[in-house]
Amino acid sequence: MKKVGLTLLFLFAVAQLSTAATVKIGMITTLSTKAGYLGEDIRDGFKLAIEQGTGTLGGIPVELMVEDDSRKPEKGKQIAERFIKKEKAHILTGIVFSNVAMAVVPKVVRQDVVYLSTNAAPSKLAGKGCNPNYFSVSYQNDNLDEVVGQYVTETGHKSAYLIAPNYPAGKDHLAGFKRFYNGQIVGEVYTKLGQSDYAAEIAALRAAKPEAVFFFLPGGMGINFLKQYAQAGLSKDIPVYGPAFSFDERILKAVGPAALGVKNGSQWTHDLDNSANVEFVKTFQDKYGRMPTLYAAQGYDTARLIGSALKAVGGSMGDLDAFKAALKKADFASVRGNFSFGVNQHPVQDVYIREVIQTDSGDYTNKTIKKVFSNHIDAYAAECKM
Amino acid sequence: MLLVVEQLLNGLQLGITLFLMSAGLTLVFGIMQVINLAHGSFYMIGAYVGATVTLYTGSFLIGIAAALPASAVCGMLVEVVVLRRLYNREHLDQVLATFGLIMFFNELTRIIWGRQPLFMDVPHWLSGTVELLPGLFYPSYRLAVIGVGVLVALGLWLLFSRTRIGMQIRAGASNREMIGALGVNIKLLYTLVFGMGTALAGLAGVMAGPILAVESGMGESILILTFVVIVIGGIGSIRGAVAGALLVGMVDTLGRAFLPAIFRYLFDSTTADGAAASLSSMAIYILMAVVLVWKPQGLFPAHN
Repeated sequence: MKKVGLTLLFLFAVAQLSTAATVKIGMITTLSTKAGYLGEDIRDGFKLAIEQGTGTLGGIPVELMVEDDSRKPEKGKQIAERFIKKEKAHILTGIVFSNVAMAVVPKVVRQDVVYLSTNAAPSKLAGKGCNPNYFSVSYQNDNLDEVVGQYVTETGHKSAYLIAPNYPAGKDHLAGFKRFYNGQIVGEVYTKLGQSDYAAEIAALRAAKPEAVFFFLPGGMGINFLKQYAQAGLSKDIPVYGPAFSFDERILKAVGPAALGVKNGSQWTHDLDNSANVEFVKTFQDKYGRMPTLYAAQGYDTARLIGSALKAVGGSMGDLDAFKAALKKADFASVRGNFSFGVNQHPVQDVYIREVIQTDSGDYTNKTIKKVFSNHIDAYAAECKM
Repeated sequence: MLLVVEQLLNGLQLGITLFLMSAGLTLVFGIMQVINLAHGSFYMIGAYVGATVTLYTGSFLIGIAAALPASAVCGMLVEVVVLRRLYNREHLDQVLATFGLIMFFNELTRIIWGRQPLFMDVPHWLSGTVELLPGLFYPSYRLAVIGVGVLVALGLWLLFSRTRIGMQIRAGASNREMIGALGVNIKLLYTLVFGMGTALAGLAGVMAGPILAVESGMGESILILTFVVIVIGGIGSIRGAVAGALLVGMVDTLGRAFLPAIFRYLFDSTTADGAAASLSSMAIYILMAVVLVWKPQGLFPAHN
């Protein structure tokens, strides 16, 4: 009897040991609503990295907990609370939308928790609101617009017409474009959030005769706009530009030929030629049977960054400062090639212009055509005092 | 000047789509006294079925032919299974139940078709633009939508004013107890009216497919406008639906088209852009408030 008791005790101790060594990672992301595919791709990219390490990141066993925030800030807050209080997680990640991030991030980084952004990176968290516990692995929100602004300037378009939804992120994204665009802005239109018909805006745009159009209309709004723009017969005369958000493979499938040839800005494309990326794109396709989007790449990079830091500290989360210092080194092979952190712990990375093409199998995807920025630093880094 | 004509056409086209949606909703509201929030779901079903069938057959017309019965049958099923139980309940119960139906249908489309928005293109013979006036190019597909909408409006007018069933429906809209007492099978009539309404919503949906993203939840944005239309037009009145739809379509489109330019004359450009954007998205609600102050029953009330 005693022996059994001892064995049980021993087993219990072993079990305790192994759970103690497992690092918990809480992922708050958007899996439901029609934007759910964004969170799905972030999660799948993240999981792929864990799977490649057979349940570990950087050799340290991890437990990934995924919860759906339904795109609601309130729900995101509740999940974060649970992950921190109940699960005692010290690493949080995964938020897709800036409004959810603004509700969750400032609150959690005041505690002993590191938050790594897989997508949303609002300007408020990049400048004065930067925090040693907050890292953005994706970009700063404006980056993908800035690259297009620069490219449209370089292309020599003398005037541009801008469209975005009437909400804070819409204004941020247009500000990003304007920061690097030198030509004349002949129109700056803010439409209703979730608007479906753009006929009136397109007619006004045609009358304004710009040389280029820049739009930030995420999700279904972008699909509607691109289709209607092509139907109005304008795509031949006035080229459209935008950030990568309206040109991931899932959206392109719904837009079809109307997006063909549109140039857009992104920090990642599946054809970037580095060994980490080649391996990622191949294994992702083998496992999930679809082309990874930039969101998947961001999830994958975040996981591998966490892995590099966990390895450096030997899986011990006791000294959070050591873990953060290891994260800041960004000692991992990013699928984007160049990757390091700036003073505000946002990426310093190359940003590209790519073009929508049709593959031989009839699908639509992007092809990198030009590196516009090398080691690009976001506009808010200087305001960050850390 | 050409721009004004083009924007008027855009307004007309939006109005026509709204009319197709509101014709069914206003009848259901007027005759059965049911607030059906799920009307937008039938618009979505029409678009999804239309897009899928078009994809497999390659023919847009077959797509429309499949979408109409699909949304009609779904509508009648919902009427028999769910709404029949709600006729004698309070409006709050109806709102809750039909709101539940919205979620049910949104989730159902996600289960069947996935989260990926579907692709649907303008049929080949309607792609391109038509030069209506010298220098005025208008997408032929949108012209076709206007044409179909006008035909449907005429058809409905004939149905209501010239046929027996139309007479019964009108009678039902003005006094439903009486028509039941006169021996008309009111249950069947309700189911038919409901099916007709959802078929029209499905038609609006399938015609919107090539213009819009066919995605789960696409019915909600148009549903709100549809309710504004029937409140402005007068609940239960087809004439009101026509007038309300055209009014809302025009005010919404012209507001979006010209308010920014007008405001830029008055203020500096950043204030102007912000104010114009806010005011143009409020325009139809302001219109609704004004109409309700002037005529609390709507423009063409069905019940006197």
